Amino acid sequence: MRRLITELFVSRFNNPALSELADAALLEVNGSRLAFSTDSHVVKPVEFPGGDIGKLSVCGTVNDLAVMGARPLCLSIGFILEEGLRFDLLERVVASAAEAAQAAGVEIVTGDTKVVAKGECDGIFVNTAGIGLRPLGHGLSGEPIVPGDVILVSGTLGDHGIAVLSAREGLTFQTNIESDCAPLNDLLETVLSKSAGVKWMRDPTRSGVAAVLTELVEQKPFGIIICETAIPVREDVHAVCELLGFDPLYLANEGKVLMVVEANDSHHVLETLRKHPLGQNAAIIGTITAESPGHVRIETTVGSLRRLQRPSGELLPRIC
Amino acid sequence: MNPFFQLRDADIVRRIVTEIEQLDVDNPLRFMEVCGGHTAIIYRFGLTDLLPPMLELVSGPGCPVCVTANEFIDRAVALSELPDVTVATFGDLVRVSGSTRSLAETRAHGSDVRIFYSSADALTWAREHEERTVVFLGIGFETTACTLAATMAECVRNGIGNFRFLSALKTMPAALNALLAAPDTRIDGLILPGHVTTVTGPTVFRFIPREFGIPCVVSGFEPVDLLESVLMLCRQVKAHRADVENQYRRVVRDSGNPKAQALIDEMFEPCDMTWRGFGIIPGSGLKLRSQFSQWDAENITVQVEPTREHQGCRCGDVLRGRIRPMDCTLFDTECTPETPRGACMVSSEGACAALYHFAPVSHEG
Repeated sequence: MRRLITELFVSRFNNPALSELADAALLEVNGSRLAFSTDSHVVKPVEFPGGDIGKLSVCGTVNDLAVMGARPLCLSIGFILEEGLRFDLLERVVASAAEAAQAAGVEIVTGDTKVVAKGECDGIFVNTAGIGLRPLGHGLSGEPIVPGDVILVSGTLGDHGIAVLSAREGLTFQTNIESDCAPLNDLLETVLSKSAGVKWMRDPTRSGVAAVLTELVEQKPFGIIICETAIPVREDVHAVCELLGFDPLYLANEGKVLMVVEANDSHHVLETLRKHPLGQNAAIIGTITAESPGHVRIETTVGSLRRLQRPSGELLPRIC
Repeated sequence: MNPFFQLRDADIVRRIVTEIEQLDVDNPLRFMEVCGGHTAIIYRFGLTDLLPPMLELVSGPGCPVCVTANEFIDRAVALSELPDVTVATFGDLVRVSGSTRSLAETRAHGSDVRIFYSSADALTWAREHEERTVVFLGIGFETTACTLAATMAECVRNGIGNFRFLSALKTMPAALNALLAAPDTRIDGLILPGHVTTVTGPTVFRFIPREFGIPCVVSGFEPVDLLESVLMLCRQVKAHRADVENQYRRVVRDSGNPKAQALIDEMFEPCDMTWRGFGIIPGSGLKLRSQFSQWDAENITVQVEPTREHQGCRCGDVLRGRIRPMDCTLFDTECTPETPRGACMVSSEGACAALYHFAPVSHEG
């Protein structure tokens, strides 16, 4: 996927905003500092514990803007619907998208609908795009990441990945695990308004924390070390992971943020996160290091050190 | 403390490592962990880096996906291309290439290949889709065999005609016998598979110390379990003993699980089986008993392509403990989890995939 993006899309569409490969493009239009992002959503099943494709697609774009330090203003939404789709399902998905937009304080101001023949898409595909405003003097510090900086996560990892998996056809195990799908803009704005030491943020969605952290250190003069015992994981998520051979660090999240924060501001940021309903389980999970540049290392629960690899391949449950 | 976390406790781990160090092993020792589940835990927790340099852990033939031969995948691929057939399988297997293609590739070209976590779920799906012939790919060892036997017993009892079973089930004692009897095998101790032994009981492995003089320990699957098993093996070596000891007493009974054994025996009978890296091992497989042959997918007529092995792939040598994954020239060059050339790079329990994902810092380039 990364090769496809860099070798085809970036090289053909070639421009500075895109080449950053960030969650949203940062633009200046007539003196306004904007962020612009788009995301397509295909999730199976369309409805899962804790959310559905409607909520997911609104939160996804809101979060992509928010982690770039932008205040989401408005969204577009495009539906591709499979012929014969049940109307009550579509109604629920649209209601849930509207509810998520209201919770995030954004309006869905334009949209599009296409219907394709049965078998040409899987139920519902949704694309959202969004524009956000980056207020002056209120955002990411813009300082370079240096050894000693601290890595925080806003809550438990892997909830969304396991919730979707547990609802998927053919994997019939019962859990009470719900997706963490939520708009993060209020949480992030609260943090940014109280702390000037936040240098970088990402939401660890598909392929999880492992994807985001390995990408952060790629070709960089620094490395990362994270501590396995510090990583917040729900006990039931942990149990399912053990059963199926998954690592929570590689599972998708839809309502979590990873931050790199100046060391002397990190406890203040942690406190702010924990006071917010979406950040109660926030934790410091690692630090930026001068050693092992370009690599993420993890200190395991038993005290050994190993490398955390870039995710690759499809996530598949093991056999025994 | 939750006992589960105790089995990963850094202090307990340190204590066991110190005990191993104090045994002062003065010859290089090679212990083989037979089970792919063990391999995954050893790499994930970086256990090799904690052990004294004289001790080497090598992976064995106990990853079910890895030892599945190309000819089995070729047959599954061919079946998946029949218009009314749905191939139902455990996850990892879809990405392993047969002679020319994997199930994932045939799926991308329109074959109906579905992943199930359990055979019971696949049977339920078959009952709900009577218009399809569902071929379940039965891979695994004794652990999986008993659950598959239960599913097939239910299938037979309810006369479900559209569910078929394609067996690559394997039994561990026969494979270990073949491995240890080979003249070039050098193993000083075996960490025996805890889940298989939960079903079989430890006695089926007694021939190993008796005939080959090799110490064995049945091990659990947590870091503390595995390190304690290494300690127990070292003690046997130091005392010039060779027994089958049971570290995994909290799960494994001396008699194994008689009910599971009876179920396997009721549904399956021994057969010769092809293993990747070993070829045909007589009596090392399980197939449906002849009275259930109407459910045996071997009886579906289909054109299967001639079997070819992948050039340069050394999975066979990895599975026999002859080489370590990084000794294969394809490892992390042509063969990665994104472009796997061999089965050991596909399964999360394969030695190559485990080393790739969980490289200890000592391997850092």
